Amino acid sequence: MLALAGIAIAFFALPLVGLLWRAPWSNAWGYLTDHDALTALRLSIVCSLWATALSVVFGVPLAWVLARVEFPGRTVVRALCTLSMVLPPVVGGVALFFALGRRGLVGQYLDRWFDIRLPFTTAGVVVAQTFVAMPFLVITVEAALRQLDQRVEDAARTLGASRWYTFRRVTLPAVRPALVAGAVLSWARALGEFGATITFAGNFPGTTQTMPLAVYLSLETNPEEAIVLALVLIAISFAVLVGLRDRWFGARTAVAA
Amino acid sequence: MRSRTRLLASTLVIASLALGACGDDDAPKTSAGTVTVFAAASLTAAFTEIGDAFMTEYPDAEVVFNFAASSELVTQIGEGAPADVFASADQNNMTKLTDAGGSATEPALFARNLLQIIVGPGNPTGITGVADLADEDLIVVTCAPEVPCGKYAAEIFANAGVTVTPKSLEENVKAVVSKVTLGEADAGIVYRTDVIAAGSDAAGVEIPEDINVVAEYPVAVTKDAPNADGAQAFIDFVLSEQGRKILDSYGFLAP
Repeated sequence: MLALAGIAIAFFALPLVGLLWRAPWSNAWGYLTDHDALTALRLSIVCSLWATALSVVFGVPLAWVLARVEFPGRTVVRALCTLSMVLPPVVGGVALFFALGRRGLVGQYLDRWFDIRLPFTTAGVVVAQTFVAMPFLVITVEAALRQLDQRVEDAARTLGASRWYTFRRVTLPAVRPALVAGAVLSWARALGEFGATITFAGNFPGTTQTMPLAVYLSLETNPEEAIVLALVLIAISFAVLVGLRDRWFGARTAVAA
Repeated sequence: MRSRTRLLASTLVIASLALGACGDDDAPKTSAGTVTVFAAASLTAAFTEIGDAFMTEYPDAEVVFNFAASSELVTQIGEGAPADVFASADQNNMTKLTDAGGSATEPALFARNLLQIIVGPGNPTGITGVADLADEDLIVVTCAPEVPCGKYAAEIFANAGVTVTPKSLEENVKAVVSKVTLGEADAGIVYRTDVIAAGSDAAGVEIPEDINVVAEYPVAVTKDAPNADGAQAFIDFVLSEQGRKILDSYGFLAP
C-alpha cells in the first residue's frame, strides 16, 4: 500500500519538480511584472471566482433537486448535467457556440433582441469556465445530500419550519464541508480551464486571455516565461487548496461533534 | 487533450494509409521503414495525401504524422520527440531548430503560400480588402503573434497601413478558419490553402501582392532521426514532381 501511495505521490510531485528545476530563477521577476502576465493573472482570478459563484448559485439547487426530488428521467438529467466533465473541453467550446454563439440556438436571439454577445468577451470566459466547472460542485453536494439523514429535515418540517428555512438552517449547514469542497474543486477546474475558453471566448489580452492561455502561447516563443507563469498559477492554486483543506476538515469535525 | 486528438488523427492516418496501400502491384522500391513526420498544421491535408502516395511508392513504408503549430513542433523536437522529418510553415522556426543543432540536413524549400482574408460563404459583409478589416463593427480574428500566421497578419496590416483590432488571437490557423466557418467571426487572415481546404464553408478575398507576405515552407531531416534514410526518401518524394503536383492541388505555390 505504502509503496503504491509513494509512487502516486511521486507521479504528482515529479512534474512540479521538473518545472521548478527548469525555471529561469534569475529572470523570473521580469516575467512576473510583465504587464500582460499580470493582466492574464487578474483576469484568471476574476473569471474563476465568477464561475465558482455561478456554480454555487445554480449548482446547489440542482444538486438538491437531483438528491431530493423524485421525477422521471432523473438519471438522464444527472448524466446530462455532468457530461461536460467528460466532454473534451474543445468540443464543449464548440457546443457552446452552437448554443450561445452568434448563430447559436439561443445565442442568435440574445444577439438580435438584447444585443448580448458572449463569444470573444470576458462573460464568455465565465460561461465556458462555469460549463466545465459546475459539475464538480453538483456531484460533491449531491453525494453529501444523499448521505444526510433525511429524518433530520423531516423533523424540522414537522416542527413547523418552512421548506426554505429547513434548507437554509438544517440542510445547508450539514452539507457545508461538501459545499466548500465542491466549490474549491469547481474553482480549481475553472482556474485551469483552457480548451473551452480558447474555443468559445477566444484569446485576447485583457479580455479573454486567462493564465492557461497565456502560458500556452508563451510556450510557443518563450518557454522560460511560460514556466514562470505556470508556477505562479500553481503557487496560487496550491496555497488555496492547502489553506481551505484545513478549514474544510475543521468544519467536518464541527459537524460530527 | 490536444495530443490525444493528434494521436487519434495520426492513428486514423496510418489506418487509411495502410488501407490505401493495399492491392497495389507497383514494383516496390527500397525499404523505407517507419517515417515520423512533424509537419505544420497548414500542411495537414496535403501531407496526408503525400504520405499516401509515398506509401504506394514504398509499400513496406509507414508514415506517421504529427501536425501542430510549427513553433510547438520545434519545442517537441527540442524535448526529444522522435521525429524523422520536420516541415515548418516558416523559416523562423526551422532556423530555431538548425541553430539548436537539431537538423541533420540543410533545410530544403518545398513550397510557398500566400495569405488571404477568409470570410463566410458568399462574403456576407462585403469585404473587399485589408482596409475594410479596420471596421470596429466587424469581428476579425487572426492568429496570435507567437505563431507564424499571426506574425504574417501583423506584417500585412503594417504593410497596408491599417490598424486592425482582432477580437481574438488564435493559437493556430485552423482555429481562425473554424471561427469563420462557424459564423462567429466575420473575417480572418489565413493561408490561401486554408481557404481552399474550407471549400464551400468559406470564401477568400485576395490580398494584393505588394502588401501580402509569402510564407516559405522548409523541410529537413532531424539530427536524432531514428530513421534518417526513410526521412530523406520522404523529403525527396515531397520535392519530386509527384509531390509538387499534390502540393499544387492544395494551393501551395512552387518554391
